[in-house]
Amino acid sequence: MRKQVISALVVTIVVVALASWIVFFPKSFQSLTGRDVSTHLGLDLQGGSQIFLRPADPNEADLTAKLENAAGVIERRVNGLGVSESVVQVVNGDSIVVELPGVKDPAAASEALKGAGNLEFIDPQGQYLPEGTEVCTTATPRYPITVQLPSSITGTSGVTTTDSLSNTNPLSPTSNLTTTTPTTPTERPCDTPYTTIARGTDLDTSQVALTTDQAGRPAVFFRFQTNSDSANQIASFTSQNVGRPMSIVVDNRVISSPQVNGSLPGEGIITMGSTGTTVAEQNSQAQALQNQLKYGALPVTLIEDSNRSISATLGNDSIEASKVAGAVGLIAVMLFMLMYYRLPGLIANIALLIYTVLSFAVYNLVPVTLTLPGIAGFILSISLAVDANVLIFARIKEELHRGRSLERAVEDGFNHAWPSIRDSNASTLITSFILYVLGNGLGVSIIQGFALTLALGIIISLFTAITVSRMLLRLTIDLGVSNARWFGVNPEEDAAEVAALSSEQA
Amino acid sequence: MLDLVRRRYLWFAISILTIIPGLISILVFGMNLGVDFSGGARWEIHIPSISQTRDGLENEINDVFTNSGIEGARTQLSQGTTNNQQFVIAFVRSKLVQSDSAERKAVETGLISKFGADTRIETLQTVGETVRGRSIRNAIVAIFIASLAIMGYLWAAFRGTPNPLRYGVCAIIAMLHDVLVVIGMASILGWLIGLEVDALFMTAVLTVISFSVHDTIVVFDRVRENLRRSSDDYERVVNRSIVQTLTRSINTQFTSFFTLTALLLFGGESIRSFVLILLLGLISGTYSSIFNAAQLLVVWENREWRNWFGRGKDKAKPAAA
Repeated sequence: MRKQVISALVVTIVVVALASWIVFFPKSFQSLTGRDVSTHLGLDLQGGSQIFLRPADPNEADLTAKLENAAGVIERRVNGLGVSESVVQVVNGDSIVVELPGVKDPAAASEALKGAGNLEFIDPQGQYLPEGTEVCTTATPRYPITVQLPSSITGTSGVTTTDSLSNTNPLSPTSNLTTTTPTTPTERPCDTPYTTIARGTDLDTSQVALTTDQAGRPAVFFRFQTNSDSANQIASFTSQNVGRPMSIVVDNRVISSPQVNGSLPGEGIITMGSTGTTVAEQNSQAQALQNQLKYGALPVTLIEDSNRSISATLGNDSIEASKVAGAVGLIAVMLFMLMYYRLPGLIANIALLIYTVLSFAVYNLVPVTLTLPGIAGFILSISLAVDANVLIFARIKEELHRGRSLERAVEDGFNHAWPSIRDSNASTLITSFILYVLGNGLGVSIIQGFALTLALGIIISLFTAITVSRMLLRLTIDLGVSNARWFGVNPEEDAAEVAALSSEQA
Repeated sequence: MLDLVRRRYLWFAISILTIIPGLISILVFGMNLGVDFSGGARWEIHIPSISQTRDGLENEINDVFTNSGIEGARTQLSQGTTNNQQFVIAFVRSKLVQSDSAERKAVETGLISKFGADTRIETLQTVGETVRGRSIRNAIVAIFIASLAIMGYLWAAFRGTPNPLRYGVCAIIAMLHDVLVVIGMASILGWLIGLEVDALFMTAVLTVISFSVHDTIVVFDRVRENLRRSSDDYERVVNRSIVQTLTRSINTQFTSFFTLTALLLFGGESIRSFVLILLLGLISGTYSSIFNAAQLLVVWENREWRNWFGRGKDKAKPAAA
């Protein structure tokens, strides 16, 4: 047996074993490697919602930056909804797309996404709660919402715990502003929530503005509606807690823990921390805080532009239907190959099964989110995978007709078929690449999934056609198959054809 | 040997006769635009088995929408069966509603009170102005860029032949032929069976494009190889190349025909029109790679357009003037 056959056989066995492990025993693969290789289903297969949000005012300044900012906040809210594998993306710099697979109530989800966010001032019990801390409060006793915070949010508001809170009368001394090391808060079970002092719904958002304190430092002015509960409570809390911290919370997450410098009669200013920050940094911190107070967490008002919701039942039906269609299509193709090409057909069928296992292993490993068009793309790529084999076998047959030895015919067949396989697959790869890049505007994962499965299908089919099929053909020859009839060629019957061919070639 | 090139103007005529009805349909009826392109809302409602007549059911559903404050909803019904249980899927097109609006809730409660608790909204797709404009723009841009990229690649791949640019141009003409066939068919099927042109349709068109070029390249590759090997005249080389790749073209068409038919029969309602378009496009793609693309190379090589007008030699109008 030839050396190259043995090495190709070893490579194939190793790759197939690895792929089968991933496809058939994803749990054991995960426990050993720590990589989740379960199948990721798109929202058309498991049900869910895809929501496009656009800004109410498309001519707003710095729109893209604000949308990026809003997308970060939305991502956190989505995590709060308990949806896994969600997608939150800014598209084209003018809208945000949110994909929520498996979400039960699309209406509620949409409402939660574009809402203003839940702003609260809380009593942190003397602790300087660091920015980002998840808390539960008496008004919203939900804790903790998420396990992990996406990093994109933390940069959006650089408000530090050295901020201080002053009333607007320039009476309170600012000398008591000290750098305080944030104490790590003890995790509280939700039956002892932090007390909510004031709520964002009582805030007079038209009055929230950038200002400076009497020392000229950047600050944010805020005012609660006169005689609202929040105004009264914040006045009494601050008068009793001068020198102690108060935390500002959006969607159960601390955005700032300034120190109270004096009693606040329903209004006040929040001064940005002075130590270790430049004026420019303080200005942008003030801007971020102003946005959060004014718009809740979202720096832009968002409107639902488009929405696509699919029930889980329909998704489930689609999976079942695709399985049946895939199996029937695969069997029909395999029968055809076997009848038309005989031994090479059998080899192509083995290569096709290997192709199927490899494809699903790669989908799970990348991971590719499987959508309905994605599955269609895969089933379609079956015929592409077969096509490479068809091209090769047609060439082998031709070489045999010319009277070449079997061994020679196999080698020449592969070499002659290669340019057409290369060029035709390259053009399909180009198309799927363009589809993938432009797929964003056409419905995000739906079309991108299709392009990705098609492109991966081409790459994997090149491996199975060139490496696996060739290895198996060489193997059968090395194992002693020498009769050309096994390759669908009948020497006597074809004599006339051979003569015709050679006269053509002359 | 089978002579396919001699009758090239017959093949071109068949192509044109296939395309013309579609073009007329586009001009007269336009395209049946899906919600992705026209905007508005598309509802897919699952209704358990009902005894009413078709028209009665459609009217009742439209009533629910009107009573919920959504005027002018249009309903189309489709039958389905799971586990021997008959049910009805109603596709409703309406004006744009927000998914968290009162109207949507009213429709849901209205439907449930009328048709029972098993009634549910399977999908609700709403498309507003922002997304809508983008879909159309990106689809056209995608086709344009893909054409240029493929043409460029073929030009490079065939640089060893005397006129490399011709291969790229002819492949693109054959591809545009398939796009025209598919879009024309979609327009006809639009008013015949209510096929909608949506984002999935665009995916199908782009797939047809890549398969068409895929097929054409296999034939061109043979031409390239045979040109190197023989000094025969161009017409005979092209004919031999087409005949030599004929079996492969048909066999590959067969295998994709099997998988697509399986998808059409068992793949579920949601992708049926997608698969139908792919099937038509792939047949057209195989036809154009055999009967148009390589034949156009011969027309170009002989500069036959000099004989088209004035000398009375033309048997049919050219496919690609």
